[in-house]
Amino acid sequence: MSEQAEASSPLPVVSWLKLPGDAEPYLEGHRCGECQAVFLGERDNCSSCGARDKMAAEKLSTRGKLYSYSIVHRSFPGVDVPYISAIVDLEGGGTVKGNLIDIEPDPANLEFDMPVQVVFKDALGRKDRDGNSYISYFFQPAG
Amino acid sequence: MSDVYIMGVDMIKFGRFPEKTVPQLGATAALMAMDDAGLTIQDMQALYCGNLNQANAMVGQRILQEIGQTGIGVVNCANACATGATAFREAWMSIKAGVNDVVLAVGVEQMGRGLLGGGGGGAGISKEGLLGSGTMPAVFAEAGMEHARNHGTTFEQFAKVSVKNHHHSTLNPKAMYQIETPLETVMNAEMISYPNTKLMCSVNVDGAAAAVLVSEKKAREMGLARAVKVRASVLTSDPFSDRDLTMPDVNAVTRRAAAQAYEMAGVGADDIDLVELHDCFATAEILHYENLGLCKEGEAGRMIDNGEVALGGRIPVNVSGGLLSKGHPLGATGIANIYEVSTHLRGEGDKRQVAGARIGMTHVIGLGSACGIHILEKAA
Repeated sequence: MSEQAEASSPLPVVSWLKLPGDAEPYLEGHRCGECQAVFLGERDNCSSCGARDKMAAEKLSTRGKLYSYSIVHRSFPGVDVPYISAIVDLEGGGTVKGNLIDIEPDPANLEFDMPVQVVFKDALGRKDRDGNSYISYFFQPAG
Repeated sequence: MSDVYIMGVDMIKFGRFPEKTVPQLGATAALMAMDDAGLTIQDMQALYCGNLNQANAMVGQRILQEIGQTGIGVVNCANACATGATAFREAWMSIKAGVNDVVLAVGVEQMGRGLLGGGGGGAGISKEGLLGSGTMPAVFAEAGMEHARNHGTTFEQFAKVSVKNHHHSTLNPKAMYQIETPLETVMNAEMISYPNTKLMCSVNVDGAAAAVLVSEKKAREMGLARAVKVRASVLTSDPFSDRDLTMPDVNAVTRRAAAQAYEMAGVGADDIDLVELHDCFATAEILHYENLGLCKEGEAGRMIDNGEVALGGRIPVNVSGGLLSKGHPLGATGIANIYEVSTHLRGEGDKRQVAGARIGMTHVIGLGSACGIHILEKAA
């Protein structure tokens, strides 16, 4: 039983990370048909314009630009520091926060609007109480 | 509608008081404020109590159990770091509405140590350090780096905020710390979340502050010599902005509140003699110079470089020492700020007195988000 649980497929780290069995993972946004605001996660109503039931799911881009960041040196026990907490504007809409990886965490290396790629990988080995592993998203500098 | 006056206001010295309960701390401040007004608990017609960490535990009633259970109505409120300002504003509103003539507002908090935010919760695995950071130092660092992006603001300029506020606190015996922190000390302190070092993060302390608010009729009966008139009381939530749900927008919520406050008071930023604003992190203070209209867009860096916001400057900001050095007991902060500004309007600021202060502003931000702004004026 427990061996079967460990062998089960990884889960998405957030509800808006989609893992279609037969295709690449992607981030899902919900766009308002009235005002075009893009949200992460499902919702019925638009908090930008108040429109009801105009939300439509769409696949968010895997390309974006670094909007802002912090380099985190102090965190909770078990969290590896330092790391870059990045705010990324995705092409075509949607703003996402995540770790920017594969670059030395030094302000000298970081330029606002530098292009980044969204990549999907195991969630740093973190597992839930039931032993499930997770797939997360990360940002990498794009060439 | 009646104007509203502050007739009594005080705060306990901020510190760490693990041997005291939250109601005991609140009761101490309440008694100090009533003494300042020359009134007693029997004179109070309602109590508005702000506390965050025991928001479900009837703190206001438990304060009355310490100082007098007169049976008055009690409202307990929680609104993140705008909690104290919200309690004060509810008290103000009850007088505005003509329901009460004399009311008590108390803000109180007992804090642990360490990082706020980023605790996660919810199902699955912890997201901290996986999907960036939700800790407050990081969130406000990201807000500061947005300013750096737009205006070229530097780590050194952010750090200067902390130098200034720590210096101010050396003149405030009620501040948690009275320690000078030179620029190199601030910049070389442990980095928490770039660009916020440890000395650029507000101090978690226990604290309480209270105010007695009265109607104009009551104020005139009592005499206006030390009275402070509430010229504006405003509370806003964050209007939608594109990144708001990923990156809390402390700017739009403040700008909206400031515009409403100036309109309600019938004054402009040039009329303000001192400001106590929400410097939960050094990065945050820089943003609010522009958000509150104390300078034009992109001039915040110049404000801190030129000393315009230091005691003796054009528009002194956080002469109490601010949250960075006076300390930040979440629910008490929004009334402690009102105490500070009132003290200057009364000419009782001693070594840190802002000369000739007649009008002052207080500002708090509760992340999530809420913004409370008050504009206060010397009555006599």
